[in-house]
Parts: sequence; C-alpha cells; structure tokens
Amino acid sequence: MSQHLLSWMTFLPLLGLLVLLFIPRDNGGLLKGITLVVTIITFFVSLPLAFDDVFKTSAAMQYTEFVPWISVGSYFQMNYNIGIDGISLWLVLLTTFIMPIAVLSTWNAVDKNIKGFMALLLLLETAMLGAFIALDLFLFYIFWELMLIPMYFMIGIWGGKNRIYAAIKFFIYTAVGSLLMLVAIMYIYYAAVQSGVAMDGFSIAHFYDLNIPAHLQTWLFLAFAFSFAIKVPMFPVHTWLPDAHTEAPTAGSVILAAIMLKMGTYGYIRFAMPLFPEATHQFIPYLSLLAVIGIIYGALVAMMQDDVKKLVAYSSVSHLGFVMLGIFALNMQGLSGGMLQMVNHGISTGALFLIVGFIYERRHTRAIADFGGLAKVMPVFATIFMIITFSSIGLPGTNGFVGEFLILLGAFESELRWFAVFATTGVIFAAVYMLWMFQRVMFGELKNPANEKLKDLSLREVVIMIPLLVFVFWIGVYPNTFLEKMNPSMEQLMEQVNGKHQVASVEQVNHHQVDVK
Amino acid sequence: MENLVQIAMNNVNFGAIMPALVLSLFGMALLLINVFSPRGKTAHVAWLSMVAIGVTAVVAVNAWNKPFQEITGFAGHVALDNFATFFNIIFLVAAGLTILMSDDYLKREGYPVGEYYPLILLCTAGAMFMASGINLMTIFLGLEVLSVALYVLAGFFRDQAQSNEAGLKYFFLGAFSTGFLLYGIALLYGVTGTTNVAEIGGYLNANPGAYSNLMTVAGMILLSVGFLFKIAIVPFHMWAPDVYQGAPTPITAFMSAGPKAAAFAAFLRVFFLGLGGMQADWTSLLWVLAVLTMFVGNVLAIYQTNLKRMLAYSSVAHAGYALVGMVAANAVGVSGVLFYMLAYTLMNLGAFAVLVLLGKKGEENLTLDGIAGFGYKRPYLGVALTIFLFSLMGIPPTVGFTGKFYIFAGAVKAGYVWLAILGVLNSALSLYYYLRVMVYMYFKEPTEDFSWVKVQVGAVISVLIALAGVLYLGVIPGKVMDLAKMALF
Repeated sequence: MSQHLLSWMTFLPLLGLLVLLFIPRDNGGLLKGITLVVTIITFFVSLPLAFDDVFKTSAAMQYTEFVPWISVGSYFQMNYNIGIDGISLWLVLLTTFIMPIAVLSTWNAVDKNIKGFMALLLLLETAMLGAFIALDLFLFYIFWELMLIPMYFMIGIWGGKNRIYAAIKFFIYTAVGSLLMLVAIMYIYYAAVQSGVAMDGFSIAHFYDLNIPAHLQTWLFLAFAFSFAIKVPMFPVHTWLPDAHTEAPTAGSVILAAIMLKMGTYGYIRFAMPLFPEATHQFIPYLSLLAVIGIIYGALVAMMQDDVKKLVAYSSVSHLGFVMLGIFALNMQGLSGGMLQMVNHGISTGALFLIVGFIYERRHTRAIADFGGLAKVMPVFATIFMIITFSSIGLPGTNGFVGEFLILLGAFESELRWFAVFATTGVIFAAVYMLWMFQRVMFGELKNPANEKLKDLSLREVVIMIPLLVFVFWIGVYPNTFLEKMNPSMEQLMEQVNGKHQVASVEQVNHHQVDVK
Repeated sequence: MENLVQIAMNNVNFGAIMPALVLSLFGMALLLINVFSPRGKTAHVAWLSMVAIGVTAVVAVNAWNKPFQEITGFAGHVALDNFATFFNIIFLVAAGLTILMSDDYLKREGYPVGEYYPLILLCTAGAMFMASGINLMTIFLGLEVLSVALYVLAGFFRDQAQSNEAGLKYFFLGAFSTGFLLYGIALLYGVTGTTNVAEIGGYLNANPGAYSNLMTVAGMILLSVGFLFKIAIVPFHMWAPDVYQGAPTPITAFMSAGPKAAAFAAFLRVFFLGLGGMQADWTSLLWVLAVLTMFVGNVLAIYQTNLKRMLAYSSVAHAGYALVGMVAANAVGVSGVLFYMLAYTLMNLGAFAVLVLLGKKGEENLTLDGIAGFGYKRPYLGVALTIFLFSLMGIPPTVGFTGKFYIFAGAVKAGYVWLAILGVLNSALSLYYYLRVMVYMYFKEPTEDFSWVKVQVGAVISVLIALAGVLYLGVIPGKVMDLAKMALF
C-alpha cells in the first residue's frame, strides 16, 4: 500500500464514483453518506504523509511511482510519473482534509440531483490530487484540465442566478490560459530533443535540468505565468473569480477557494519559476506590481461589497496577492510564508465560505443589510465566525498572522522592499473590511424580525468547523510543524531559481569582460 | 492502348483491392436481397451490411504489413499499403457506426428503404479506392464512386425539401469540384506524361524546371481544389452546412467523417508522393487555408442554434486542425492527421448517434432550445453526449485531446509554433459553442419530456462503441498512435 500510496489516494475518489453509479438516484442520504465515507477514507490514506519525517530532511520526491504510459516511438513519450515533496505535501493534505468538510456542507444545501453533485465532487478530488502529485508535465496538464469539468457543472447546475454566465466564464478563462501552456510544454520538449537532449518523457526533473536560453525563457515563462495567473487569480485576469465564487454552491466555493486557487500559486512554484529562472527574475518586478495591485484593489473592492459572499470572494484576490508577493521575494521567509499562507487561505477562506453558507441556508439572502445583531440569537456561530474573521485578518495567535508576517518579512528583505510597504496597507484594509462586515452582520440591534428566530449552529455544523478552528490555532501558535517539512524543498527551490540565475549572470559578466578586452 | 490493357491484365491482383471488392460484392448482393424483401422491412439488410463491415474489417486488417508485391496490382494503380489500411479501418468504423444508428431512424422518418445500406457500402468502397489509389485515375474513380452514392444518400428523403436541397447542392457543387480535379489531373499528365503518383514525383524531381511551369502549378492548385472541396476547407466549405443540415442525420455523421478521411488520404498521398518537391509552395498555401478554416468554422459555429448545423461548422473547423498536421509535413504531424481522422470519426459519430436518438420525427427539435433539460430526462445519453462534446473541445482524458496534441506537436516540432498557437486559440473559441450545448442540456429546465426518445439497439451500440473508443484512445492512445506512425508511406 505505502508503495502505491499516492495512486491509491488519488484514485480512491474515482472508485467511490463508480460505487455511486449503482446507488438509486432518489436515495440522497445514502449517496451523501457514501461520498463522505470515501472522502474520509481518502483523508486517512493520505494521513501517513503528514507524519512522515523524511520531508524534514530531504527535498527529494518521495513516494514516487513511474509507469511508462504513452510512447510513440521517437515522437514522444509520456509517463505516469508521480511523487510528493515538501511543496506539494501540505497542499495534498489540505485537499484531502477539505473534501470531507465540503461534502458535509452539502447536507442541507444540495437537494436536487444529489447523485450528480456527489459524483462531480469525487471526480474533482481525483483531478485536484492528481494535479498536485504529477511529476510529468503532460500528466499535470491532463489533471489540470480535468478539474474544470466538474467545477463547470457544479457552478452551472447548482449555482445561483447568474450561474450560466459564471460557469462559462470560469471554464473559458481557465482553459484558454492552459492551452497556451500546452503549446509551451510541447515547444520545450521539441527544442530539447532537437538540441540533442535525450528526453524520456515530460518529467519535470528532466525539464529542470535543461538550460533554456534566456530569450526563449521569456516567452515560455509568459505562457506558463499567464495560465497560472488566471488561476491564482492575479489582477487583471481575476474577473472570473467573483462571478464563479458568488454563483457556486457552498461546497463549490469552498473547494474553489481552499484548493483550486492554490493550483495557480503551486504552478508558479513547481513549474514556472524553476523551469525559467532567468525569465522569473526578469519578470519579478512586474508580477510583484500586479500582486500588490491585487492586494490593494481586492481589499478596496471587498470593502464596497454589500453581499457577504462577494466580499469574501474579493478578499481572496487580496490574500492571494500576498501569497504571490511572498513567493516572488524568493528568500526563505517569503517562500515559506507564501506556502504557509496558501494553506492558511485554504483554511480561513474555506471556513468563511462555509459560514456564508450557514447563514444563507437559514435566511436565503447574503446581503449584509439583511442582517445585524445575529450574535444575540446565535452565540456559538458568533464565536466561531469571530475566530475565523481574526484568522483572515491575521491577528497574532492565528494562522493568518504567521503567514502574512513571514511574507512581509521576506519581501522587506528582498528587492521588493517598496512593494512590501504598499502591501502592508492591504493588511490594514483587510482589518477594515472584515471587521466592518462582522460588525454589521453580528452586532448592533436585531432590527429584522426574520432574524429573531434563527437557530444557532447544529451539531453537524459545529463538527464541520472544529477541525478548521484547530488548524487556525495550531498553525498560529506552532507553525513549525508545517514549516519544518517544507523547508528542505523550499531551500532547493530557492537554489534552483536563484542559483541558476546567479551562475548565468556571472557567466554573462565574464563574457562581457572578455568582450571588453 | 492495347499494350496498357495487357499490362493491366497481367498485373491483376485482387489482393490489392480485396477489402473494396468484398464490400462491393456485399453491396450488390444486398441490393438483390433487397429487391426480394417485402417493402418496409429493412432490419435484415442493416444487420447483413454489418456482417459485410465485419468481414471487410477482417480482410482489411489482414493486409497490414504485407510485402509490397502482394498488395499492389493493376499496373500500379492501387496499393493496399499500411497507409491505405489505416484509412480503410477509419472508413469501416464510420460506415459501421452509421449503419448501426440508421435503421430505427429510417423507420421513424418514414423511409424504410433498404437501398440505403448498399449505398453506404458502395460509398465506403469508393473511399477505399481513394485511399489505396496510387494513380490519379484510380483516385478519381474512387472519388466518383464515393460521391455518386453520397449524392443519393444526401437527398435520400425525396419528399423533404431540405433533403432534396442537400442532395442537389452537393451534386452540383461536387460535380464542379470533380471537374476541377480532373482538369488538374489532365494538366499534370500534360507536364509529366503519366498519371502515376510516384512517377509524377519522379519526373518532377528529375526535371526541376517543371516546378515553375505554369501548367504544373495550375495542375497542383486545381487538384487541391478538388480535394479541399471534399474536405470542406474554407473557401470551399459553403456547401457543408446546408448539406449537413438537410441530409438524414446518420448520413450527415458519415459525410463528416468517412468521405472527409478519404479525401485526406488521397490528398496526403498525392501531395507528399507526387508533388512533394513543391512542398514549399503548397505548405504556404495550406497554412493560410488551415488558419482561415479554423477561424471561419469556429466563429460561424458560435452563431448556430441548429445542432446539426453547428456540428457542420465545427466539422469545418476540425478539418482545419487536421490540415495543420499536413502543413507541419513531418512524420509526427502527418501520422497525427491519420490519428486525428480516427479520433474525429469516433467522437463525431458518437455525438451524431446521440442526436439520432434524440431527434423527433422531422427533427425540428434538434436545436438548442429543443434539448433543454435533456441531460435530466435521459441521463445516460446526456452523459454520453457530454463526453463526446468534451472530446470535440479537446479536453483530456478524451481522444479529442490526444489527437489535437499529436497534431499540434507536429506543428511545434516543424517550427510552426504560431500555427499551433492559432490552433489552440481556436480550440478555446470552440469551447463556447460546445459548452452552450451543455448549458441547454443541464443548466436549463426541461420543457419537454423527451418521451419519444426510445432505446434503439443499433444506435445505442454505436454510442457505446464510440464512447469506448473516445475514452480508450484518450487514456491509452499509444498503440494506435504507433499504428498511425507505421502507416506512413
């Protein structure tokens, strides 16, 4: 089992999907139950990864599997090549951890076509896990594209009023970006083959070793970076996100925010930056600028929202700007901060979308103006909501603080100092819009009579939130559990991106000197 | 002249035309059987023609990797090489799936006429002659055999104005295009003194001066017009939407795959073997057409509300993708074309088979509005159509993705990176109209109960076969890709 642990983990949900096909359509409870059990088993299968200490010392890929897959003579070769390291470790665990929670959130929220929804959830889990563990660019691309299909249907069928527009926009935005990446992947492959490198597939390890000339890197990096920027989403290609988030059902929003957005930032760390180190350095100022614009713009727009869900959606744009800034700082603090913040955002924003779902299920509205004074009738809810709000703002003691602190520290110490100065205002804005929203929803007078008889959270809802709260404090108080297992991989990444670049610039300098003589 | 006939007679080798021969014999036998069958009874003809397809498939596969002497004949007019065999299999898949989805359809539309099936078999035999023709005259004859049967099939519903229009339009324009083709052949014969494809290539290589000869260039262009018309490449695509919409749905499916593949087969062989020396000239012509075809097909498809018409424009666009592989002109690209033809046959015929099941009599419901909520009322068919559409979009893990990957990889390898980029941008464009079908199928409330959608054994089998092919070749394409690679002449 442990030999094929990653494969088992990835394809278990798919097996679950097959089981679902034999369950009658009208037996909603059973369908949801099976899905829940499957996602929980998947989580337990993935759990040994969290306790494996090898990640503390080794940056190498662990649990690797390699099976030759498509081979067409000398034309091309693709392999089923998977593995996990400190970079993907926590994202994989985040995925398996969030999925049972997402399933539980559907209990009352999804009542039509339950079979379809559950099947899509399971398909989505396989696709997301596959994308995180793929070590072959072709394989990655397949899982990456596969992810779009279930999300498209989840938004389009179970979404809100503008679901059709949002679903199509989501699909086309993300697909367009990835198609350009596909051409770039093919280009690198054939460029390598033609320059005489023996390529045994599209394995990233192989691609890392290529010394791609700087002028080519620029274009290839742009193709990759564009595709990932859409997914992150970075300003100005973020516009699909508020639509998709607002229209998606709660489970969809949770998965989208907690996991799928991480595909973009993960893509930068895993592919775009180590593959094209020189182009990365060339583009860092521009991308950082976009990241900072995203931070401030997202926060300002969030402040203006009168719909809670939209507010949370725009706050994602802002938070992911932070992640990007940390990654681009390219030092240990920034990178680890960025990685940790990816997990944090998954937990906090995932929780926020669940909270929005809770009140939406009760009142069928998400307008801030419709609420006020809820704390009086829903004390448990208020407490949990408050903790999550603090975590999203980044109050010390919560997970958000550690992440943002590391990111800003990293950015200040790098060449991005001035960007960090502006980004810091984003922290303040975040406090403003979150607290203001919290105050308007939870405090004040209970004006609206419809709110007077609201029930507090049920046991199921509390059970959903507890694991999230645990991690809010765990990461907030003792982030080392998580950081120490990503450090070796982060160091290696830093070396990959900075090291190559430095070697190249030294060579350039030498070359220059020779010319001068 | 007598000499030629003698040479031909000495060279008779039925092995070289065996699949087409078997198919033609079956076709004629079935025409006879049909005469003695009671009116309105066609099921046995349909199943017998499936037997014909099966037997021919065995014969066709048997020719794979045979030594060249065994598979050439008729004084160098035909060669049943791997290239031809690969295409023969595509034709048989197309014909088989078409026949399977036809029988109940014909009854529903009130045309239980048995001649339909022999016509498909003869048409397929014509396609086989095109693929194995190594002489321009054989290719021309194959094209005519194929076309005549198709003219009849397109206008098969003789009481329906639309179908009549389809048949007539296809006939008139098709006759023009074969005229062009024949003129092109005549000009090339005038220059080189032969109609044998390889000899034309040999002559041109030996006399490089002939390349700049106006007659050669005109011959090349006229020849390509004839082929491009059959493939429905812009600007010779105008007939396609009207004919596709008017023809009986199974025939539309067949036309968009089988004859198109046949024209591609002849096109590839003539242009690479015969006119290979002029490659620089024709690639610059073809890449312009490929780009135009992709854009025109996709953009116009966006505006369609009739599903058959939409698929017609999309099939124009798909021909454009395949042409990209030909422009790449390297082994990856060209074997990519072969693989893509098979891929397209599977996914497109699958989609049409669902439409056949979904259609009411007269088919006025084959519009976007007409399929609102179909995915809920008939979930299995809905999922099948969804998978076919995702495959047409080129989303993994379906054959549409592996096929496009193959073709675009060829283009990238040949240095046509921008052509590959235009290709993928077009795939992005196509997302919109394919997704919209799903929007109507799943995101809209059903307005009808689709009670007329019956489980028809044949059509369901053809959906299942296509589905299996689409998914199998999407996940494990390696073996068939290898075959496509071995099939290059």
